[in-house]
Amino acid sequence: MLNNKRHYLWVSIILLLSLVTAACGSSNSGGNKNNSSGKETAAPSATAEPKQEENKPEGGKVEGGSVVVSIPQDLDYLDPHLAVAAGTQEVLFNVFEGLLKPNEKGELYPAIAESYEVSPDGRVYTFKLRSGVKFHNGNAVTAEDVKFSYDRLAGTATGKPLSPAFNSVESIEAPDAATIIIKLKENNTSFLTSLTAAVIPNGYEDSNKNPIGTGPFKFKEYLPGQRISVEKFADYYVKGVPVLDKVEFRIITDPEASLLALKSGEVDIYPRIGTEKLEELGDKFQAVSAPQNLVQLVTFNIDRKPFNDIKVRQAINYAVNVDEIIAGVALGKGTKLGSNLSPVLAKYYQEGLEDTYATDIEKAKSLLAEAGLKDGFETTLSVPSNYQFHVDTAQVIAQQLGKIGVKVKIEPVEWAVWLERIYKGRDYELTIIGLDGKLDPYQILNKYLSDSPNNFFNYKSTEYDNTLQSAVAEVDDAKRVELYKKAQTILAQDAAAVYIMDPNLNVALNKKLAGYKQYPLYVQDLSTVYFTN
Amino acid sequence: MNYYVRRLLTLLLTVFFVVTLTFAAFRIIPGNPALTILGTEASDEQIALLEAKLGIDRPLPEQFADWLKGALALDFGQSLRFSEPVLKLIQDRFPVTISLSLLALAITVAAAVPLGIAAARSKGKVADMIISIGTQLGLAIPSFWMGIALILVFGLALRWFSVSTYVPWSESPYLALKSLLLPAIALAVPQIAIVVRYLRTTLLEQLNLDYVRTARSKGLKERSVLFQHVLRNALLPVITVVGINFGELLAGSLVVEQVFTLPGFGSLLITAIGNRDYPLVQGMVLLIAFIVVTVNFIVDLSYRVLDPKIRMK
Repeated sequence: MLNNKRHYLWVSIILLLSLVTAACGSSNSGGNKNNSSGKETAAPSATAEPKQEENKPEGGKVEGGSVVVSIPQDLDYLDPHLAVAAGTQEVLFNVFEGLLKPNEKGELYPAIAESYEVSPDGRVYTFKLRSGVKFHNGNAVTAEDVKFSYDRLAGTATGKPLSPAFNSVESIEAPDAATIIIKLKENNTSFLTSLTAAVIPNGYEDSNKNPIGTGPFKFKEYLPGQRISVEKFADYYVKGVPVLDKVEFRIITDPEASLLALKSGEVDIYPRIGTEKLEELGDKFQAVSAPQNLVQLVTFNIDRKPFNDIKVRQAINYAVNVDEIIAGVALGKGTKLGSNLSPVLAKYYQEGLEDTYATDIEKAKSLLAEAGLKDGFETTLSVPSNYQFHVDTAQVIAQQLGKIGVKVKIEPVEWAVWLERIYKGRDYELTIIGLDGKLDPYQILNKYLSDSPNNFFNYKSTEYDNTLQSAVAEVDDAKRVELYKKAQTILAQDAAAVYIMDPNLNVALNKKLAGYKQYPLYVQDLSTVYFTN
Repeated sequence: MNYYVRRLLTLLLTVFFVVTLTFAAFRIIPGNPALTILGTEASDEQIALLEAKLGIDRPLPEQFADWLKGALALDFGQSLRFSEPVLKLIQDRFPVTISLSLLALAITVAAAVPLGIAAARSKGKVADMIISIGTQLGLAIPSFWMGIALILVFGLALRWFSVSTYVPWSESPYLALKSLLLPAIALAVPQIAIVVRYLRTTLLEQLNLDYVRTARSKGLKERSVLFQHVLRNALLPVITVVGINFGELLAGSLVVEQVFTLPGFGSLLITAIGNRDYPLVQGMVLLIAFIVVTVNFIVDLSYRVLDPKIRMK
């Protein structure tokens, strides 16, 4: 027999290839920031028509047209009730709507609902449906459709809620075709934002193959790993929306390839483009850049020595120079943070915390000395390797901590490994991550609750638990805001993590496009986008 | 007959070996498909629900036996990530990768054989020098870099080719060829360099052998010495190289596809690995291993055609 050795050579090369690829990690496939529900407790009763603000109306508006948006990862589900990944939510936002819908300021306005009331004890929500809202299949939306959809999410029939946000639902009733009454087991002020969840036709179980919603665009075609296309829904209840005839979300995992596709005109909108790439584009393209309600932070594993000592955590906070990171890594496009909430949530944001630990190397050193670590220590900073932004940040931080004698070893980890070992397994010392935007502060801050399954900081504070629990149950608006602010202050004072910044979300657009609105949420809203001539 | 049976058995055994190792390797490395699909905001119940649905909560031997049983009946199961049959996903993507590899192979052979002959015939002259410098460069430049350079020149500056649009063969063979040409060239360049150097060396070796002197002395023209006698012998090792490099072409096309955003195996395999989509990875590795082993088999057979002296035992 000839050349049998060659086979094994080949076999090993294939194996090596798959292992190497596994080890290196996929560049973007793990970009699943998650955002299962948008939120904002707006004024408890609102009847306003959705505002349609157009941003840059220059040149004449052209009706119709087709736009290609580059997205970095595939969708997890087309069924809006099963989809958890933020990358999916941002696409499906165009196809589905709930009783309420968030706008570009992060406020909730009624969508399928026309108005709603909340009972004084905060447990009963009564919605009046808007008339003339139709599904993409032409049927009018009735209260039965809403009841079916939200029952499905709450798992009324199965006992297993599809969305944890619906855990607190006691019952959903449809007394007439235009009224929906939702009763909660207990007061939960953060529930309202869950009602942005999609309404689908009564009894419809084929959403994952052929999704039917009420949004401005209807589903046309999905090719796994390649693209999802949607087209204009002519019967949308807001007149003049959408303008475009067709939108294609094209999956391009490699950022370089995305950039090339944009430059060559194959792609019209490139969301979340890196700051450096944006600068490289110059003025041939439009750029939009704004805070995105993301909290980039270095977390300590507080169960591990020496991070169980608050002095060590404070020392590291004093040693990390956030301004330097914003200037160096985000090229200035970031908002400095002092706790786990972005100023995008202006109502709840506690100002001034970002200066709690103004950089002070001497103070950091003396705190370390007080903790018995005069000569510093060695530690490992694990970074999800698919996020270049975090990897760059890690390098700056390693160098900054070197100044107080803390030797940081940077360990890049693949996203799948990060999720399992670090996030769920809590097996790490330091890590960097971006915790993303919800519209309700409770949904963001609840990770720090002592018994939260996602408390990968291992942070435990009775005072914090009590503060946050009373905040979410507090019906009085002003008092609730105060409690949320207090919760942020506790996190800062306890040095629960090193809060870095809310990095700007950059979007590069074809110069002919106008009307693009940027959200403080994981959303690409194409409904108001149009071409100019 | 005996030989072929044995070869076939080795072939199957090799593929089985690859698949088993892939299965084992992917269960050993950390990462949970359900978690990767759902991300950071999923509740434990959502994760458990999905794990049960995907069937990844069962014991490993059971999962492997199930998969193997299915694979024998050409049923590779459902992709965890895309909730579609693995076979369908592979069928959608395979034509892109295989046509890219074959196109690159054709370009390699079409360019390398004349160049190799030219280099051997003009040994030590300017043409040889130029080809030698060219092959050095070709070897040094990685395909993906070459790909980016080609896009910049022909896609962005000259606008001869469109970037990141793939047109299937069934829609328009002309446009399909157009969308595959640049990546195929990027892929072929290093291969051309290898084959040219190899062919030049073997040709020169052969030219020094006795039979060449005999042929020349009996008055044959240099041209027929070269094409009728020498080339035939010189091609034998070259075919080996091309055969071996077919696997490299496949591997290279996985990378180049990424640069050109072609919907082939490359992006699918990376997504599958990143998401720990076990059935999909296994299905794809099985197919790639099968192709590579088969190509090697064909290469072995071709020896016999080219040189009847070689006996298959």
